[in-house]
Amino acid sequence: MGALQLQNIRKTFGAHEVLKGIDLDVKDGEFVIFVGPSGCGKSTLLRVIAGLEDASTGSIRIDGDEVATVPPAKRGIAMVFQSYALYPHLTVKDNMGLGLKQAGTEKAEIERRVAKASAMLSLEPYLARRPSELSGGQRQRVAIGRAIVREPKLFLFDEPLSNLDAALRVQTRLEIAKLHRELKATMIYVTHDQVEAMTLADKIVVLSAGAIEQVGSPMELYNRPANLFVAGFIGSPQMNFIEGGRLGESVATVGIRPEHISLSRDSGEWKGKAVHVEHLGADTIVYLETEAAGLVTVRLFGEHHVNPDDIVYATPDATQMHRFDAAGKAIR
Amino acid sequence: MSKARTSPIRAGFVHLALGAYTVIAIFPVFLTIVNSFKDRGSIFRSPLQLPGPSSFSLVGYETVLKQGDFVGYFTNSLTVTCVSIFLVLLFGAMAAFALSEYRFKGNALMGLYLSLGIMIPIRLGTVAILQGMVATGLVNTLTALVLVYTAQGLPLAVFILSEFMRTVSDDLKNAGRIDGLSEYAIFFRLVLPLVRPAMATVAVFTMIPIWNDLWFPLILAPAEATKTITLGSQVFIGQFVTDWNAVLSALSLAIFPVLVLYMIFSRQLIRGITSGAVK
Ligand SMILES: Nc1ncnc2c1ncn2[C@@H]1O[C@H](COP(=O)(O)OP(=O)(O)OP(=O)(O)O)[C@@H](O)[C@H]1O
Ligand SMILES: [Mg+2]
Repeated sequence: MGALQLQNIRKTFGAHEVLKGIDLDVKDGEFVIFVGPSGCGKSTLLRVIAGLEDASTGSIRIDGDEVATVPPAKRGIAMVFQSYALYPHLTVKDNMGLGLKQAGTEKAEIERRVAKASAMLSLEPYLARRPSELSGGQRQRVAIGRAIVREPKLFLFDEPLSNLDAALRVQTRLEIAKLHRELKATMIYVTHDQVEAMTLADKIVVLSAGAIEQVGSPMELYNRPANLFVAGFIGSPQMNFIEGGRLGESVATVGIRPEHISLSRDSGEWKGKAVHVEHLGADTIVYLETEAAGLVTVRLFGEHHVNPDDIVYATPDATQMHRFDAAGKAIR
Repeated sequence: MSKARTSPIRAGFVHLALGAYTVIAIFPVFLTIVNSFKDRGSIFRSPLQLPGPSSFSLVGYETVLKQGDFVGYFTNSLTVTCVSIFLVLLFGAMAAFALSEYRFKGNALMGLYLSLGIMIPIRLGTVAILQGMVATGLVNTLTALVLVYTAQGLPLAVFILSEFMRTVSDDLKNAGRIDGLSEYAIFFRLVLPLVRPAMATVAVFTMIPIWNDLWFPLILAPAEATKTITLGSQVFIGQFVTDWNAVLSALSLAIFPVLVLYMIFSRQLIRGITSGAVK
């Protein structure tokens, strides 16, 4: 029995079908991440799980119980929002305690849980402040604290880090990972940041236009993408897609990741001219116009002295090639 | 607030313009109050002069306080205005919340219907209203006035407040739902405090026409016990003789309650504007 089971979840707004039959099983203690392009229905799915939006059809089970008719507060979930959504008129402590107070929890128990959560998130110095007197990072920690004190069966995060600056994002990401280890709780997390998805997830769910494209561990998705969409979505820079015919293959499309192509000055499979080079320090990204394969992106580790208009040879690693049929499905 | 530097000349012109406007706006009020403290002769001889030892007189105030039940009129006006504002804000905000928060069939149509009253003056319905009040036995009660004014104020309130409520963050309301707040608690404890500036605006717009109205008190509640201050002051304005001392005194007195109410609301207004973002 899993922590969350979704069966054939559909959601329509008027004539617009936003979720097109979602089936998903989440095991106890799993960290599951929903990724997908903007507007693909990630938030809608999360809100359906939370009970903030009714599914048009389908069944939702949390910890084995069907929750379709259960109000959000009684589903045993907690949610962290992108915009923090702290109560502006309450102190940090009351923000965290409100849910428990509404549920009729004893005062001493509320105190204990708030103290524990604020210790975990180093929020003790701010307990008496109001949200307007906190920085963005502190507000997000309060929002996470508010979720922790409820001791939910299921945590729901909707792009919790996207309002933070880069440094703070990394720090809070580590904190969330630590939290998941300590609480051993089931978490569902929406993001469109690939790094967040790859680093935090036990399991990634790739969504596109309201349907699941693939479910798997980060490395499964990276190494064995089920179709063109997932292959293009996971990994940065994007996988190179080359028409099968150009390479003398019978498949529709051949895919090769930029990091699986090697570059040489004097010999190789594809001869090409560098059109643009990006030096990132740790990586050098070379864009090659090749005769055999068209425009190809190559990612080299470390610093390399390639200049635009240089003639170089690229060689793909044959063991890392992905092949797709005309419908975009991976051929294995 | 931006702290960009402005040249002193520019700032000077801005202040000059604002100052001039303030003088123009306050002048009639100032004149009314100043002249209410003068005797009849000096009001006409030198209306712009401040009351001096020779022209100072409280005769106007004496007349006002002796003639009729002025304290009663005041209480009536204040009761009617306050109760009407309260009802307009309460029902207006509730309707606005429903319109902006819940998706249901005919939502847009309902919003349009509720705002229609902004364009149609309620006085057009005076005859029907009077008939209704007679039928229900509400003539010469303050209830009649409160009902009419509430109806008069609601359309604008619904219109303004529903626009503002759309701007309140959905996440905040949803956080409340997950924490187990009822829809009423979300409305009263999360949404209302955030739209306070809009409520103050509506209150000010609602209050002034009610306080100054002569039409409905005259038609629906002209009895001595239910007279409002505007109606009460009319006794000093005759077709042939007008007791200007009394009129000016009555008006001066009538300004103060509105001024106090306005100050209460405008504090909210300014606080709302300066406290800024929802997040
Ligand atoms: N209340 C609503 N009424 C009508 N359409 C809606 C409503 N809420 C969402 N949608 C539509 O549903 C689709 C999915 O929205 P959703 O917010 O789930 O996207 P998302 O995957 O979370 O995108 P993002 O990454 O930008 O947050 C969008 O096309 C959106 O326009
Ligand atoms: Mg979203």
